Amino acid sequence: MTVNQSEIIGHFGPYGGRFVPEALIEALDSLTQAYEDAKADPTFAAELEYLHRTYTGRPSIITEVPRFAEHAGNARIILKREDLNHTGSHKINNVLGQALLVKRMGKKRIIAETGAGQHGVASATAAALMGLECVVYMGEEDTKRQSLNVARMKLLGAEVVPVTQGSKTLKDAINEAMRDWVTNVDTTHYLLGTVAGPHPFPTMVRDFHRIIGVEARAQVLELTGKLPDAVLACVGGGSNAIGIFHPFIDDASVRLIGLEAGGSGIASGKHAATISGGTPGVLHGTRSYVLQDENGQTVESHSISAGLDYPGVGPEHAYLSDIGRAEYQPITDDEAMEAFSLMSKTEGIIPAIETAHALAGAIKIGKELGSEATLLINFSGRGDKDVDTAARYFGIPL
Amino acid sequence: MTPLSQLFEKTRAENRAALIGYLPAGFPSQQECIDAITAMVEGGVDAIEIGFPYSDPVMDGPIIQAAADLSLSQGTGAREVFSTLSAITALGTPAVVMTYWNPIERYGVENFAKSISEAGGSGVITPDLTIEEAGPWRAAVKSEEINSIFVVAPSTKDERLAQVTAECSGFIYAASLMGVTGTRTTVSSSARDLVGRIRKVSSTPVAVGLGVSTRDQAHEVAQYADGVIVGSAFIRLLQESQSMGEGLIRVKELAQSLAEGVRR
Repeated sequence: MTVNQSEIIGHFGPYGGRFVPEALIEALDSLTQAYEDAKADPTFAAELEYLHRTYTGRPSIITEVPRFAEHAGNARIILKREDLNHTGSHKINNVLGQALLVKRMGKKRIIAETGAGQHGVASATAAALMGLECVVYMGEEDTKRQSLNVARMKLLGAEVVPVTQGSKTLKDAINEAMRDWVTNVDTTHYLLGTVAGPHPFPTMVRDFHRIIGVEARAQVLELTGKLPDAVLACVGGGSNAIGIFHPFIDDASVRLIGLEAGGSGIASGKHAATISGGTPGVLHGTRSYVLQDENGQTVESHSISAGLDYPGVGPEHAYLSDIGRAEYQPITDDEAMEAFSLMSKTEGIIPAIETAHALAGAIKIGKELGSEATLLINFSGRGDKDVDTAARYFGIPL
Repeated sequence: MTPLSQLFEKTRAENRAALIGYLPAGFPSQQECIDAITAMVEGGVDAIEIGFPYSDPVMDGPIIQAAADLSLSQGTGAREVFSTLSAITALGTPAVVMTYWNPIERYGVENFAKSISEAGGSGVITPDLTIEEAGPWRAAVKSEEINSIFVVAPSTKDERLAQVTAECSGFIYAASLMGVTGTRTTVSSSARDLVGRIRKVSSTPVAVGLGVSTRDQAHEVAQYADGVIVGSAFIRLLQESQSMGEGLIRVKELAQSLAEGVRR
C-alpha cells in the first residue's frame, strides 16, 4: 500500500497535524509509510508480540488493592501493573515497536528525549537489544533529580546529553532532539516517547500502547464480569493514559479520567496541567493545549514529577477533552505524594511519582462514586527512580 | 507588488544577488536592534528579516537561541516586533518578519497579516508552517497582499518542492543544508543542487540561508541564487563586541564586505 502523505496528515478534530521544518517532512513521510507497511505485515505484529511475551513480560498482571481502597471510598480498585514491565514502566511498549520499525527502515542511530528518564532508559534498553547507537537528550535539571536513571542509561551503553537551554527540562530536551534530527535525519530515527509531536507520532505511539487497555479491559471483564466505572491514568504528554483509554472509548458507560500535574495548584501558576490550565496552541510540531503567554511563548511548567513536567499534551487528549469523552483534573504535588505514601504503606507497592497522580485521582473519584464502583488505574511505573525525591520530600535522611 | 518583490526586480536588473540580513527584534535591546539594522543597511544590506523571538526555536542553533533568550527576557512580544518593523520600513528598506507559527496563531492569523501590512512589512517567513496547515494563513496573506515565504530543504522531494514553492511569493527560502542556523566554514554543496531543482519548478526568486557568514561564501552563493541571507554572523559580532559602538562598526563592516560578495 502506498500512502500519499501530503493528503493524510493525522488530525484529531482541530488538533494534531504537522508544524515542523520542511527538512523533516521526508523523514515523517518515510516513517508513516514504514509504519503503514509494518501494520499490514503479519510478521511485524508477530515479532513485537514475541518480544513483549519473552522480553517485556506481557501480559502485565492486574492487582486489586483493597487496603488502599479503604482510603478511597471503599471502591473496588484494580491496578494495571505496567510497573512490572522490563525497565519498570509502560514506556517499553512504544520503544520496542519503534525500534523494530527502525530496523525495517535500515537506520542505525536513535535519539530520544526523556524527562523522568523512563523513556530514556527504555530507549537505551531497546538500542542495546537491537544493536543501535543511542543518544538521549535530558534537561540538565532532570539529570539531577533523576541521576539514577542517568547512570542506568549509561550502563546500557547510551550517551546522555544534558540540555542546558531554556528551563533545562523535558521541553528543552525535545527541542534539542529535534535539532539533532533535522541535522542527522538521513541516518537517525527520533524515537519520540509520547503521544505528542508531528504526525505520525501521536497515532503510532498510541497504537503501540493500546495493548495496555486491550489487556486490561479483558482482565477486568474476566475478574469482575463487567466493565469498570472509570479508567484513570496520569497525563503528562499522555502516552500511558491514551494507551489504557483508547480501547474503552466506545464503551460509553466508562468514565475516562486523566490526572494532570497540578504542581503547587493551578492558581499558583506553578503547574504542568496543560488541559486544565492551558490554551490551544502549537508546540513541538502539533496543535494541542499548551501552557503559553499572550505572545504564544511557552510558559515553564512545574511538577514534583519529572515525567509530567511538560507544558504540552498529546493532541488526542485535547480532542477527547473538548468533545467531553474524557475528563482531565489537576492533582497537586502534595496530593500525589500523599497517595504515593499511602500506596506504599497499605499495599507494599512503591509507585512512580507520575503514577501517584493517578492514585490521588482514584482517592477522589472513589470517594465520589462509593463502594459500588470499580476503578481501573493504569499503574504506569514503579518508584525506584523516585526514592531520592520522595525521601527528601518526606524528610527521610539519605 | 511589495517592496521586497521590487527589490528582486532591481537586483536582477543589476545582475547581482540581494543581501538579506537577519536580527531578532529586541536584541540586544529594542533600540539597539534598530541601530544595528540601520548599520546593516548603511553597509549595503538590501532587505531585513526581523525575527520574532520564540521560546522553542527548533530551527535555530546556539547563536540565535541565545539572542532570542536575551530578547525574551526583556519582554519582547508582538508589539515590539511590529514597532521594530515600522522603524525599518520607515528607512525605506524592504522588511519581512520571520516567526515560528505559534506566535501568529496566538496573535490571530488575520490580525497578524494585517499588522504586518500596517507596519509596511512585505511579508512573513514561516519556518515551521507546513503547506497542509497553511489554509487560514494563505487567505490572510492574500487579503493583505503581503508575501508568504516558506522554507524548503535539501531533503524536499521534487514533487513536494513544486507544491511548496507554488505557495511562495517574494522569494523562496532555500535552507542550504540539513541542520539549524549558525555560521559554518563552508557553504554546503547541497545548496546549489537545491536551487537548481527549484529553478525547474518555479520562477520566484530564491534566497539561500543557513551557514553563510563571509564575503567569499556570499559571492559563491550569489553565482546561482537571487538572494543571500545572513543572520548568525551579525548576531555573533554584537555578542562578541565590548561595546555597542564597537558592535555597530563591526556590523557595518561585515555588511559592506558581504555587499561586495553578492555583486557577481
